[in-house]
Amino acid sequence: MSQQVAEVIKVGIADLNIAEHPETIMTAGLGSCVGLILYDNFSNIAGLLHVMLPDSTMARNQSFKEGKFADTGIKALIEMLERKGVRRTNLKAKMAGGAQMFNVNSNNEMMKIGSRNIEAVKKQLEEYRIPIVAEDVGGNRGRTIEFLIDQSTLKVRTIQEGVTYI
Amino acid sequence: MQDYEQFQRIHLDVLKEIGNIGAGNAATALSSLINRKVQMTVPIVNIVSFDEMMMEVGGKDEVQAAVFVQATGDLSGSMFFMVPPEEADLFSQLMIGDQSKTVSNGDELATSAFLELGNILTGSYLRALSDFTSLEVVQSVPQVAIDMVGAMLTQGLLEISVSSDQAIMIETVLHDIEGMKREIRGHFFLLPNPETYTSIFESLGVNQL
Repeated sequence: MSQQVAEVIKVGIADLNIAEHPETIMTAGLGSCVGLILYDNFSNIAGLLHVMLPDSTMARNQSFKEGKFADTGIKALIEMLERKGVRRTNLKAKMAGGAQMFNVNSNNEMMKIGSRNIEAVKKQLEEYRIPIVAEDVGGNRGRTIEFLIDQSTLKVRTIQEGVTYI
Repeated sequence: MQDYEQFQRIHLDVLKEIGNIGAGNAATALSSLINRKVQMTVPIVNIVSFDEMMMEVGGKDEVQAAVFVQATGDLSGSMFFMVPPEEADLFSQLMIGDQSKTVSNGDELATSAFLELGNILTGSYLRALSDFTSLEVVQSVPQVAIDMVGAMLTQGLLEISVSSDQAIMIETVLHDIEGMKREIRGHFFLLPNPETYTSIFESLGVNQL
């Protein structure tokens, strides 16, 4: 038997992608951004979205990466999964991120974007009726996440706490 | 102004000069703070995607110590002073003269010394910009963190990301600090907000885009 080397699919900031087991899918250095995993228990496919901002109405330019915003990003990820034959009604979610990296006391809304991102992602998931199975959100630490598709497990790494599995 | 494609050589050269003047002033400030000579590299001005920018500092989950300030006023944007954690330790030890206290272990005195260092350096950088461009620059209260580069730099990209998928990064490296056994490098990142470019170019008499 030839040895299979599982590939890690890396998702950039404001981007999204899907992976199929034995691949895993990951994104690095989530601060105020939210990393969202959509998966089901039937296929070997999962998707990851790296959300930067809560809502596409914030966009001041016409064309933008749809993964940047919670609303456009989640829609795009669901559609991407559906094209692979995953059923929307079977989808579940795990999420991590939405930290406040700097403790800035200001009126600038952008400084509290982490909690707004969490809220926006949850609101979208509720609208699509996708249950959140596990989350590791908020706080003030950066996170790197990797989803192990066959185990439906999200590996979360921070500088201080090390690795946890949710 | 979000269409960076319209930027010409001269605009990038102006931004390079801004990095040069700012970091030059900051290097002088650092040199007198720690009483050692400090060298700096020629600034690099790049129009980069957000991911490309993270790669410049060794990848998104590379750990660095950072001081972050926001500039508001006529010239607005975000500014970071970033060094590896062990160099933040060294800088703070030079300032407080106590080898037992480290920023990376979360010691309060060491951390506030590093924060103050970052405050002085970013302050002298931004003051030089303000003098050079005759634009008003108001500096926010500085913040310090030791964490993943991607997680920290994203904070400086939020304003930009509303209008663009790319950022202009003005990067300068301080290095070759006299009397240090190993190569020390400190990065300055200036990320101007897109709407600020018109003011910068106007104030310096560069033809409009």
